Amino acid sequence: MANVPADLRYTKEHEWAKLEGDKARVGITAFAQEQLGDVVFVELPKVGAKVTAMKTFGVVESVKAVSDLFAPLSGEVTNTELTKKPETVNSDPYGQGWMIVIKLANPKEMDGLMSAADYEKLVAAAGH
Amino acid sequence: MVPFGGWDMPVQYTGIIEEHRCVRSAVGLFDISHMGEFEVRGAGALAAVQGLTTNDASMLALGQVQYSLLCYPHGGIVDDLTLYRLADDHYMLTVNASNIDKDWAWVTEGGRGGNWTNVSEATALLAVQGPKAEGLVQRLADQDVTRVPYYHFARGKVAGVPCLISRTGYTGEDGFELYVPAERSTALWHALMDAGKGDGIQPIGLGARDTLRLEMKFALYGNDIDDTTNPLEAGLGWVVKPAKGEFMGRAAIEAMRAASVKRKLVGFEMAERAVARHGYRISKDGRAEGVVTSGSFSPSLERCVGMGYVGADLATVGTELDVDIRGAAHRARVAKTPFVPSHAKKI
Repeated sequence: MANVPADLRYTKEHEWAKLEGDKARVGITAFAQEQLGDVVFVELPKVGAKVTAMKTFGVVESVKAVSDLFAPLSGEVTNTELTKKPETVNSDPYGQGWMIVIKLANPKEMDGLMSAADYEKLVAAAGH
Repeated sequence: MVPFGGWDMPVQYTGIIEEHRCVRSAVGLFDISHMGEFEVRGAGALAAVQGLTTNDASMLALGQVQYSLLCYPHGGIVDDLTLYRLADDHYMLTVNASNIDKDWAWVTEGGRGGNWTNVSEATALLAVQGPKAEGLVQRLADQDVTRVPYYHFARGKVAGVPCLISRTGYTGEDGFELYVPAERSTALWHALMDAGKGDGIQPIGLGARDTLRLEMKFALYGNDIDDTTNPLEAGLGWVVKPAKGEFMGRAAIEAMRAASVKRKLVGFEMAERAVARHGYRISKDGRAEGVVTSGSFSPSLERCVGMGYVGADLATVGTELDVDIRGAAHRARVAKTPFVPSHAKKI
């Protein structure tokens, strides 16, 4: 059974978002880190950078592949600290492995994201 | 699982870094049955092999193995292979999975001589690699495998399964490659996994196979060598033996040697954590120089390393290069290779 916390929202690109007041914390899902394998490097935007929903905001490099990261939501990056310990993405994708915090430009975008139940179906359909 | 040379292969079982470290520190088991095996026999076998391969097969004693190449007349590489002398007038060539059809057509083309059989389907291949590999195979073998020197083989039984026990590998560790009848390979796999429990044995996927060989700067066909690269620039001049007589590609390779080699396959280390991958551009002072052929994170060094072709004048250890990663130049330095010392038992 895939690890898909019920209190998060998801993208079909396997990112998660967690609403925290007027901000959202963003990372990649347990399924995504499993598919990537050992993460060795993440390239993330600097604090203050603008990100746009469903546009790339960075990349994650594992030993085997490089993958784009897609922003679930639009806004300004207020926090990011993963780059020093990228392997945390594998060990704790929903916790210490978070990637950025976005001050939301349009909180309504949150409604467009997938529920945990829908994301679970997506992962199941991906043959997992 | 990923498609690889017509096979479904696991990239990893538990994780590339963990599997890689297991091979370097203990012992890993690889199912590399996708590799191809051809046998050639008859009075014309040696002549056929000599005419097709670049190394000197006449130097092989019975029970000995040789790394070699198949080349085109223009000097480009058809494939790299290991050659086994099974008996007088009987040889085996182990070739890359993705090249089996191409190689088979190449070696059996009219006029090559020898009596060829493609035994790829019937032959499974398990590699046992790592510092604890010798002890493990020894416990299961019906003979003293510690007496089999590097790049030699013996015939015998391992866990009751008839094997060609070859002291070869693609990791830079000591170990064996065990050729077995396909229908017995599962039994041998389980016997090795069971007997190796105390050694910390793990199954190893394609991902770690790639990082292990990269740390040794072993070429991978399709990445570092192909029909557009010649043996000299790839650093494989040591398996080209023009003194043995005529062979496919000899004249072209000799002409290249006389004209001096224009570009070389070098190993490099990235200055920072930035992964150079196959196909990325290499430049020097803003001038395009070449291309990355293999690159990854080295689990042993915990640095990003790679291989690529650069102008011969830039091949010196310490030379600074730039690798274009997503539009930004990242500093790399030509490194001494292998990146990690080999522990293969060179006796």
